[in-house]
Amino acid sequence: MLIINCPYCGERPEIEFRYGGEAHIARPADPSALSDAEWTDFLYNRTNPKGKHAERWRHIHGCGRYFNAVRDTVSDFFVTTYKTGEARPDIEESAR
Amino acid sequence: MSEAARVSGPDLGHGHPYPGVSLAALAEGSKPSASASLKLLPATARLVFRGREAAIGPAGEAFGVALPREACRFNTNGTRSVLWLGPDEWILLAPGEGPAPLFAAIETATAGLPHALVDVSSRSVAFDLSGPKAGFVLNQGNPLDLSLDAFPVGMCTRTVFAKSEIVLRRTAPDSFVVDVWRSFAPYVWQLLEEARRGA
Ligand SMILES: [Zn+2]
Repeated sequence: MLIINCPYCGERPEIEFRYGGEAHIARPADPSALSDAEWTDFLYNRTNPKGKHAERWRHIHGCGRYFNAVRDTVSDFFVTTYKTGEARPDIEESAR
Repeated sequence: MSEAARVSGPDLGHGHPYPGVSLAALAEGSKPSASASLKLLPATARLVFRGREAAIGPAGEAFGVALPREACRFNTNGTRSVLWLGPDEWILLAPGEGPAPLFAAIETATAGLPHALVDVSSRSVAFDLSGPKAGFVLNQGNPLDLSLDAFPVGMCTRTVFAKSEIVLRRTAPDSFVVDVWRSFAPYVWQLLEEARRGA
């Protein structure tokens, strides 16, 4: 079983967590100023990298909190986890 | 379903008969065991408190047990306990008491301070699982490391047991309390019984 390091609770089994999609996607402050293409981009288009991916996870069967993780989409290895609101750690992106 | 098939009993009170397997009957039929005994705990007042810094101290003072600030730990004073559930979330337990006076006391102490206090007394029921094989029994449905080093006395956490969410805490080296949502309780109880047979 995969072990995920919750920034609040520490190392816990994968089964306690839920995936929450790509991280660091801020909702536009003024949606009505956006073109349809820009709005579509915000809603649907994700980077989908082959390699290191910053994504949201929720420790739903634990402390209940959302946090962010950098996970390698090739190996499923969790490089690091950090609290929501913190900047993405400086980890080099793998080749896409 | 006939009324006779419905559950009654102190732990399933509050006017909500549980329509399904009788937890009280399951508990009565549970045989004590030297390796791990399972016991239904009496009704408990349960309050969930969520709040920012300013309200945390006063809430603990009003309840008589300080809210633990360390992750996954609980504090106890007499019969009352407070469990850390999240960075801004605690559950306050008072076995054998009614929630109303506690609720009022905490609301008075935290008046004007941003917080949420919810009475969830009837939401769940609690089991005590005790014996030298208690951790082994729990591990049949729970993936945590329950060794004393990794899960010491005084530790608590929300986690899972098979397909149900539970709140687990260790009250003594060989004793755990499992708090489980009412409608999942017979499911968890029966799986624990099954696990005990192998202990
Ligand atoms: Zn957590």
